[in-house]
Amino acid sequence: MLKSLNVRSYVLSFVILVALLGLWELLNQPPETTEALTEYEILMGGADQEARVPPPSAVLKLAAEELGNPFYDAGPNDKGIGIQLGYSIYRVLAGYLLAALIAIPIGFVIGMSPLMNKALNPFIQVLRPISPLAWMPLALFIIKDSEASAIFVIFICSIWPMLVNTAFGVANVRNDWINVARTHELGRVRTAFTVILPAAAPTILTGMRISIGIAWLVIVAAEMLVGGTGIGYYVWNEWNNLDLSSVIFSIMMIGIVGMILDMVLSRATRLVEYNE
Amino acid sequence: MEKHLINIEGLSKRYPAQSGSADLTVFEDLNFGINKGEFVCIIGHSGCGKSTILNIIAGLDDASDGIVIMNGKEVVGPSLERGVVFQNYSLLPWLSTLKNITFAVQARWRNWTKDQVVEHSLKFLKLVGLEGVENRKPSQLSGGMRQRVSIARAFATQPQLLLLDEPFGALDALTRGVIQEELLKIWSETKQTVFMITHDVDEAILLSDRILLMTNGPHARIAESVKISIDRPRDRNTIIHDSAYYPIRNHLVEFLVSRSRELSGGESSKPLDTQESGAPLEVDPGAKNTEELEAEKNNVAVLVK
Ligand SMILES: Nc1ncnc2c1ncn2[C@@H]1O[C@H](COP(=O)(O)OP(=O)(O)OP(=O)(O)O)[C@@H](O)[C@H]1O
Ligand SMILES: [Mg+2]
Repeated sequence: MLKSLNVRSYVLSFVILVALLGLWELLNQPPETTEALTEYEILMGGADQEARVPPPSAVLKLAAEELGNPFYDAGPNDKGIGIQLGYSIYRVLAGYLLAALIAIPIGFVIGMSPLMNKALNPFIQVLRPISPLAWMPLALFIIKDSEASAIFVIFICSIWPMLVNTAFGVANVRNDWINVARTHELGRVRTAFTVILPAAAPTILTGMRISIGIAWLVIVAAEMLVGGTGIGYYVWNEWNNLDLSSVIFSIMMIGIVGMILDMVLSRATRLVEYNE
Repeated sequence: MEKHLINIEGLSKRYPAQSGSADLTVFEDLNFGINKGEFVCIIGHSGCGKSTILNIIAGLDDASDGIVIMNGKEVVGPSLERGVVFQNYSLLPWLSTLKNITFAVQARWRNWTKDQVVEHSLKFLKLVGLEGVENRKPSQLSGGMRQRVSIARAFATQPQLLLLDEPFGALDALTRGVIQEELLKIWSETKQTVFMITHDVDEAILLSDRILLMTNGPHARIAESVKISIDRPRDRNTIIHDSAYYPIRNHLVEFLVSRSRELSGGESSKPLDTQESGAPLEVDPGAKNTEELEAEKNNVAVLVK
């Protein structure tokens, strides 16, 4: 039954994909130009260029080319998709890991100490709703480096879900388990590592998974702002070149990389999950 | 008087008034002791404060008044000398069965090697009849198996005093019987001191040397200490044929049905009869008078012939 459900869902997914691509292809055929092109139109490279979304066949052709040679580097405005994605992933991971390094210990402290929880809560409540991009000008001014500013923006947007989830997970560890640690005379540090950390790990990892998702959303916008390299810059650059095939292709790649990042974190979550 | 392993002196627990309600005095001025090697059960109606007493003895909860003295020293916090079997097992669900035990053994003997720890832990898993499930997580065990793991964990650390909070509450009658027998077996082998909460009168008689009877709360008190004068080893199938069994059982049931309410403390209550020390009155409903003892001796003599 389960197997047949899987098979049926694959078939259905495939049918939907083919239907969508077919519709897209059909709706975007180049108009059959009977009239002769004006000189101006010829100069602009064809009359259909301005209004037409490229059909999937064109995008697929481009994808095959790009993915065939993802790491070429032909100057600042012409780098392979692999290099651009690599820059973005590097920034996301750098900001994200930095955030984890700070958010998880602080979350622990907040979760374990009601005093710290009360004292830090107002700061978190005010800082958390700020759009990460709003920090960008300030970051550029203070750090004076676009690369580091992008990383800072990722840092600031991924810190909150991890912080809040860690604090929540730690504060809600079952009292029974804490009592087990106490009756076995475990010290504070040992209790934190052998009881609280494994007990709160699924909640912490859920926070980490939310964070990586947000970080990946934000990096595209951040790179559009700071420019230079990265997938966000690439999308914007191709838009300026009016190369819509490349725009669509990179949108797809953003989706695929985001999915992979999420899958990695979801696997990791499954590793630390437990049934009560 | 024998020297007690643990003494409870003037113990009270009060919860401060909350909006709209007065102070809640759960129990007041409890005095009792437990001897080394003794198996003591406490029974009383739900909510009278049994778990609170056990948690205070464990050092997990604070008394409002009074102290707990163990080996001449006041109890101020949890200690490995007092092992607790919690009502809901409290196994760590992310650890395997074996790791749940080694966790405790390692905490107890910090300088043991890994092999020593594992060997010792396996010995106690075997003692409770759990072999071959070492690598399973608690969620993959039945309720009775989890309970046995939790008992093995407590016994493996070899505390001087074992505190059991309704350890068989969630088990069916059959499993209960099996684990009761295992508990008796381990207890007689290790000669540990046990303080146990139960709601089951028959279980209390089967296991205990003494049963403390607790009146209803609020202002609960320990009314009596009932001696169980039935020879060991006891067997749950034959114990009911002991001449002391029904007198004891009737005494306990009668207490739970009516006297637990009548003797309950509070402002309008009359003082309890106690021993001089303040300890609860000792009663022995199963005591045989001399004639019965004589008759029994003759019986044995006849049988031997
Ligand atoms: N935090 C609290 N605030 C106020 N009252 C409390 C609090 N905790 C427990 N109590 C009261 O203390 C009393 C004793 O609770 P306890 O858990 O010791 O009962 P018990 O005898 O173990 O009951 P049971 O047999 O049902 O386990 C209860 O009447 C309960 O209402
Ligand atoms: Mg209780």
